[in-house]
Amino acid sequence: MNSPLASNALFHLGPVPITEAVLAMWGIMLVLVLISVVVTRRLQIIPSRTQAVFELIVSTVDSQIRDTMGVEPQPYRAFIGTLFLTIFTANWCSLIPGVEPPTANIETDAALALLVFVAVIWFGIKSAGLGGYLATFASPSPIMIPLNFIESVTRTFSLLVRLFGNVMSGVFMISIVLTLAGLFVPIPLMALDLLIGAVQAYIFAVLAMVFIAGVIAKPKPSVPLQQGKTTP
Amino acid sequence: MNWLAFCSIASAAIAVSFGAIGPALAEGRAVAAAMDAIARQPEAAPTISRTLFVGLAMIETMAIYCLVIALLLLFANPLLK
Repeated sequence: MNSPLASNALFHLGPVPITEAVLAMWGIMLVLVLISVVVTRRLQIIPSRTQAVFELIVSTVDSQIRDTMGVEPQPYRAFIGTLFLTIFTANWCSLIPGVEPPTANIETDAALALLVFVAVIWFGIKSAGLGGYLATFASPSPIMIPLNFIESVTRTFSLLVRLFGNVMSGVFMISIVLTLAGLFVPIPLMALDLLIGAVQAYIFAVLAMVFIAGVIAKPKPSVPLQQGKTTP
Repeated sequence: MNWLAFCSIASAAIAVSFGAIGPALAEGRAVAAAMDAIARQPEAAPTISRTLFVGLAMIETMAIYCLVIALLLLFANPLLK
């Protein structure tokens, strides 16, 4: 049985080995970018049917950011939305026969988690300045400084292991069941795998939002946060 | 089969089996509490079930960690190289 932790190179681009996951990720990037370009090329005030669907996606991302982070979503929409859509598409890649989800390889997840790690520092420094960002490490009391430093690394690591473990275990389990039983037996497992993929993409994005919300400067309480949203 | 390989396989099995106990109990409690909450307040069902799904995935991560440890022991064991 192939090890789920190893990935073999398909071909070499100079000295760089290109694996299946990298190719799949390139495909996903191409598809997402092409769809975005085609959809946003002719935007109208009165949206067409396609534009309405995509506006629904954007406004859903916006409302999630507003609910989770409690700030205006504009600076974070691009990063969080792209993260969610990329992981979601990558997890649902297994619908195409012959394609394994690239997130089932630990390298892809490491890259995504590293992206979140860098984004936390970037957004923290951008919103509160270098001093303000460093002050978040001493946020409850200065005793917590070493713990907060360790946490900022370990939570990135747990982000990586969570996504990798969930997606990889689905792929691994389906391959085991496929060797044991026949053609149609793995189908319920694959359906469960799709559900897990969607939930994991959502969780990855929510955790990225929570991490970023922990370091950005809190807005003034006089600014109305939730416009157009009534609370009972 | 040498002694280290035997130990690795046994501890991989132990990691998965004991690592599944805690998350199973915790998921049962979480679902039970969510059912209780929905029975009391059916109008809050969408919010509760969304939070429940996220919470379940978080809890399940603990079992997944154990699975990753077991797979590391089986496929990427540094002692068996």
